[in-house]
Amino acid sequence: MKLSRKFVSDYIDLADNLTIERIADDMTNVGNEYDSAGPLINCTKLVTGEIVECVPHPDSDHLHCLKVNVGKEVLDIVCGAPNVKVGLKVIVALPGATLPGGEIKAGVIRGCTSNGMVCSKAELGLDNKFLVDKDRDGIHELPADTEVGLDAIKVMELDDEVIDFELTSNRGDLLSVLGMAYELGAIYDKPVKDIDLKYSSNSDDVNKEFEVKVETEDCKLFLAKKVKNVTIKESPEFIKNRLIASGIRPINNVVDISNYVMLETGQPLHYYDANRLGKTLIVRNAKEGEKIVTLDNQERTLSSSDIVIANEKETVGLAGVMGGLNTEVEEDTKDIIIESAIFDAIKIRKTSKKILRSEASNRFEKGLDPRRTYMAMERSCALLEKYADAEIVGGLVEVKDLEIEDKVIDITFAKIESVLGIHIDESEIIAIFKRLGFDVEEGKESLHVTVPTRRLDIKIEEDLIEEVGRIYGMDNIVGKSPILDVIRGSYDKTRREIKHKLADLGLNETMSYTLIPNSEVHKFTKDNFTPVTLNDPMSEDRNTLRYSLLYSLKEIYAYNKARNNSDISIFEMGKSFYSENGEYKENLRLAILMAGEFTLGVNKENVDFYHIKGVMEELLYFLGYDGRYSLKIDDSIPCELHPGQSASINVNGTDVGIIGKLHPSVTKDNVYVLEINLTKLLEIRTGSMKFKEISKFPGIVKDVAFIVDNNITSLEVENAISKSAGKLLEKIEIFDLYPNISEGKKSMAYKLTFSDPSKTLSDEEVMEVFNKVISDVENKLNAKLRN
Amino acid sequence: MKEKAEQIKSELMSSISSINTLSDLANLKAKYLGKTGVITELTKNMKDLSIDERKEVGQISNILKNEVTEIIENREKEINDAILNEKLKNEVIDITLPSKKIKRGSLHPMTRITEEFEDLFVSMGYTVFEGPEIESDENCFQKLNLPKGHPARDAQDTFYLKDEVENFLLRSQTSTAQVRAMEANVDKGPIRIVCPGKVYRRDEDATHSHQFMQIEGLVIDKDISMADLKGTLETMMKHVLGEKTQVRFRPSYFPFTEPSVEVDVTCFKCGGKGCNLCKQTGWIEVLGAGMVHPDVLTMSGYDPKVYQGFAFGTGLDRMAMFKYGIPDIRTIYGNDIRFINQFDRKDED
Repeated sequence: MKLSRKFVSDYIDLADNLTIERIADDMTNVGNEYDSAGPLINCTKLVTGEIVECVPHPDSDHLHCLKVNVGKEVLDIVCGAPNVKVGLKVIVALPGATLPGGEIKAGVIRGCTSNGMVCSKAELGLDNKFLVDKDRDGIHELPADTEVGLDAIKVMELDDEVIDFELTSNRGDLLSVLGMAYELGAIYDKPVKDIDLKYSSNSDDVNKEFEVKVETEDCKLFLAKKVKNVTIKESPEFIKNRLIASGIRPINNVVDISNYVMLETGQPLHYYDANRLGKTLIVRNAKEGEKIVTLDNQERTLSSSDIVIANEKETVGLAGVMGGLNTEVEEDTKDIIIESAIFDAIKIRKTSKKILRSEASNRFEKGLDPRRTYMAMERSCALLEKYADAEIVGGLVEVKDLEIEDKVIDITFAKIESVLGIHIDESEIIAIFKRLGFDVEEGKESLHVTVPTRRLDIKIEEDLIEEVGRIYGMDNIVGKSPILDVIRGSYDKTRREIKHKLADLGLNETMSYTLIPNSEVHKFTKDNFTPVTLNDPMSEDRNTLRYSLLYSLKEIYAYNKARNNSDISIFEMGKSFYSENGEYKENLRLAILMAGEFTLGVNKENVDFYHIKGVMEELLYFLGYDGRYSLKIDDSIPCELHPGQSASINVNGTDVGIIGKLHPSVTKDNVYVLEINLTKLLEIRTGSMKFKEISKFPGIVKDVAFIVDNNITSLEVENAISKSAGKLLEKIEIFDLYPNISEGKKSMAYKLTFSDPSKTLSDEEVMEVFNKVISDVENKLNAKLRN
Repeated sequence: MKEKAEQIKSELMSSISSINTLSDLANLKAKYLGKTGVITELTKNMKDLSIDERKEVGQISNILKNEVTEIIENREKEINDAILNEKLKNEVIDITLPSKKIKRGSLHPMTRITEEFEDLFVSMGYTVFEGPEIESDENCFQKLNLPKGHPARDAQDTFYLKDEVENFLLRSQTSTAQVRAMEANVDKGPIRIVCPGKVYRRDEDATHSHQFMQIEGLVIDKDISMADLKGTLETMMKHVLGEKTQVRFRPSYFPFTEPSVEVDVTCFKCGGKGCNLCKQTGWIEVLGAGMVHPDVLTMSGYDPKVYQGFAFGTGLDRMAMFKYGIPDIRTIYGNDIRFINQFDRKDED
C-alpha cells in the first residue's frame, strides 16, 4: 500500500516538521513495516521557465538553441525535443539539478552554450505506466498561464511524499487512506477528520428502474445506485496525482473516482454502463466451465467457486476481481450503475489467485467493513456530482444479509499485565484505547471496550492486549527470566554422538537436498517401496523425496571432483521417505562415501573396501554392536554396487544396510559407499557397558598359516579356528595374506592368543589345543598347514 | 688421623676433575675404595689401637668413605650426562619439516549451529522435540489458526504432496511442532521444547533456499508473559551472537500468536552503528515470536483460561550465515568440500 502524504493529510493534520521517514519509522514501531519512504519526484532545482527564443542549432539537423527565461535570468539551453517553440512554458533543470538520470551540468553542445535542460515528464522519474507517448517524446508543456521562476514540481502539484508499506495480512483496514489516518491518529494522538459525503439526489427512486438479485451465500451485502448524464473527461490534477502517488494509473474522471474512493475508504467499487447493463443485476456462483471476457480482453473459463455478476442476458463481471468488457464505462457512457458490495473473502482469494490479483481483490481478500460499503457509495456520488457533473438518482438498492454492529470486548487490567509482563498505568491503558478510536466503559470488574467495525482484526482480549502493547511500545517491555520448575532438558544423544564419531574418524559431514529427480529414487537400493512425490514441484530435478541418501552423496562427489577435489570422505544423516498403505513414513538414514586419498594416522592411502569397512566397524563397535554384526553377500545388493566388492550389513540377524564399491557403470572411479537405516539399527538393543575381569595370567601366542582354496573367506577360517579352539582362545588376528601361492590356492596366516583367567597356561595345554585346531581346520576346509 | 683423612680427601678433589672417562673413574675408585685402596690402608692397623682410638679411627674412616663414594658417584653422573648430551647432539632433526598429517573430519555448519541452540536450551530445561518433515495441512496450518484460504498462507509457498486433496505437505515451518508437542502431552500440563529441523518452501535465490532449517521454541505454563519471551530471546541471542547483542521487539502479525512481534538484534557487523548489512539501521530482523494464540491452545486441548505461553521461530541458516559470515545460503547446501572443511575446529567460546 502506497500512502500519499497529501492524500492522508485530508483526514489528519501531520505536523510539517514530521519528516516522511519519521512517519514511516513511527508506523513501523506500531507494526506497519515499510519498504521505502520519500518524495514522489526525486529531483532538485527544477523551475518553471518560458522559451523566449528558439533557433535551429547551426551544427545539427534536430537540435535547437533556446533562450529560456527562468525568472531571475535568461538561460542558453540546447534542446533536442521536436515540440520546442517560442512562448512555451516548460520545466527547466538548472545547472546542478539532480534527476533520476543524473546531474545536469552547464556545458557546450556542439559549440553552443547549454546551461541547463528543458525536461520531458518522463525525465522526472515517474513509473512508465503513468506516462503516455507525448510524456516521453517531447518536453512537457505547462499551462500557458504558468508563472516563470517557480518550483516546477510544486506547480505540477507533484510535490508529494510517499510511503510504500508492506502490511501484515490482518490489517485490511490499512488498505485505505482513512484507515491510515486512524492509525496515525493513534500514534500522534490526533483526531481523524470527517469525509465529505454531501451531494443532492433527484426525486426518482432507483429501485423503480433497477433490481439486484443475490443468488449466492457468498455475497452478504450488495448496494447499487444510479447516476445519470456524466461528463467523461480528464480528472482534476489532484485526483490524477494522488492516484499516481498511490500507484494507480489515471484513466478518466469516472474511472479515477472509483479508484480514488477505493483508496480513501478501502471499499472496491465497480461502475457499470447502466444502458449496457440493463435493468437487472444478478449475483451468483459461476456455472462450471462458464466463460467470460474480462476487461483486459481475455476469455476466462470459470468454476463454481467463482462469483459472477450477470444481467438478464449474460455474465458481465467476475465479482471482486475484474469487470467484463461488455458493460465497461466508455467515452460515450452517460448513465452509471455503482456497485459497492462485500463478497466472500476466501472465494475472491481463490478466484484472484487463478486469474488476477488486483487492488480490488487484495482488499476483498482481507475482509471489508460494511459501514465503509455504504460510505464508499455516498462518497462516489459526492465526487461524481462534483467532478463528472453527475445527476444522482434518489434511493439505494440494498441487499443485506448481515448485522452491522460494533464489537464489545471485556478485558481486565490484570489480564493485560499478565500477558505483557509489565505494569502499565490504568489511565494510560484507557487513553491508548481512546486514541485508537475505541470507546471504553469502566465496569465493576472489567473494561468494556467497543471496537469499531473497521477493525475486523480485533476479536478477543488478546487482540486488545496487542493494541495496548503496540501503542505503548512493544519494545518498552523489559525482558526477564521466566520462573519455571527446574526440570531435566534432553536431546537425542545417539544421533549427535554418531555424527561426532564420524567427524573424529576424519569424515566431513554434508547436508544436501531432500528433493531429488524421480528417475533416481529407486537407485542404490533393492527395497520395494512407493516413493513420495510432489504435486507441484519447482522443477523435474526436485520432484521426489529421497529414499536412499546415496544419490545425493554421489552428486556431491561429482560436484567436488569437477572442481579438482577427488579426495572425498563424507557422511550425511537424514530422513528417508516412502509411502506404505497410504501412510507416509520417515526413517533416519546414515550414508557414507569415500574416495581418493585418506590419511589414517600417518599413512596416506587410497581408499579401498577395507577403509570403509573399518569406518563401519568402528561405528558399529562404538554403538555397542561388536561381535553382533556380519557382512552378507546376498541378493539384496543393488545393481549400483560392484557385485564382487559389496555386501549387506547384518546386525543380530537383521539387514540394516549395504556397503561396497560403486559399480563401474555408475562411476569409473574407485568410490566406496555405505548406507545404514539408523531407525532400524538403533531399535536393536545393545545392553549397558559392564566391567569385565582382566586376566592376571599372561597369554601364550601361537602363529599358524594355512593354504586354502581361493574361494575360502577369512571369516570361514576364523570361524573354524574359533570353534575348534574353544574357550582358551582369547584373540585371533590375521597377519599375512599370500594370494595365488599355487594354482587356485592362497595362504592365510593367523596369530592366536590363548589365555585362562584362572591360571597360567602350560605350553602342553596350549599345544594340545593348537594341534587340534590345525587338524580340525585342515579337515573342515580342505586346508594344508603351511610350514 | 683427622689430618690424614683431610689430606686424602683434598688429593681426591684435586685429581677427580681431570678424570673424563668411565674407565679412568673406575681406576680411581679402586685406588680409593678398593680392597687395597687408600681407605682400607688407613684402617689396617686398627687392632693395635686402644678402644677409644679405634672408635675415633673407625668414625673418621667411615665418614671419609662415604664422602669419597659420593664424590666419585657425582663425577660418574657428570660423565654419563656429558656422554648422553654428546649423543643427543647427533640426533638433532629439522623441526620445520612438515608434520605427518592426521585426517581432519568436520561437522556441517548447520549441525554446529543446531547443537549450539540445543545445548543452550537443554541447559535451561527444554526438551529437544522432533517432528516429521512430511506434515498434514491440519498440523502445519489449520491448527495454527491458518484455515484454508487464509491470506497469511501467501507468506509460505508450500510444497504439497501428490494426493487427491491438498492434505499433506513438506512442512513449511517448524511451528508445526507446537501442535505436535501440545497434542502429544496427554496430561495437558506445562511444556518447554525447542524443535530444530528442515523446512521447505517454493522459493530459491541468494537469500532463500527451497530447503532450509528453522528452530521453534514453545513454553507453556500458568504464568508466562511477553517479558519472559523477551528475556529468553535475550539470553539466546547473546549466547549465539555475543554478549553485547541487544534485542528489540516490534509489533507484527502471525495467525498463531497474539500479541505477535518481530524481533531485531543489534547488527553484529557494526555493533548497531549502521552499515551495509543492516541497511544503516543498526538492527537486523532475526525472528518472529509472540504469545500462543488462545485458539491454538484450545485446538490442541489446552484451556487458555489456565495456560498461556510463548512461541518463537527463527531461521537457523540465517543464524549460521550471520555467525560465520556466509553471504549466500546456496553455499550452505552446495557441499563444496572446500566450504565444509572450514568448520573443522573448535570455535571461540
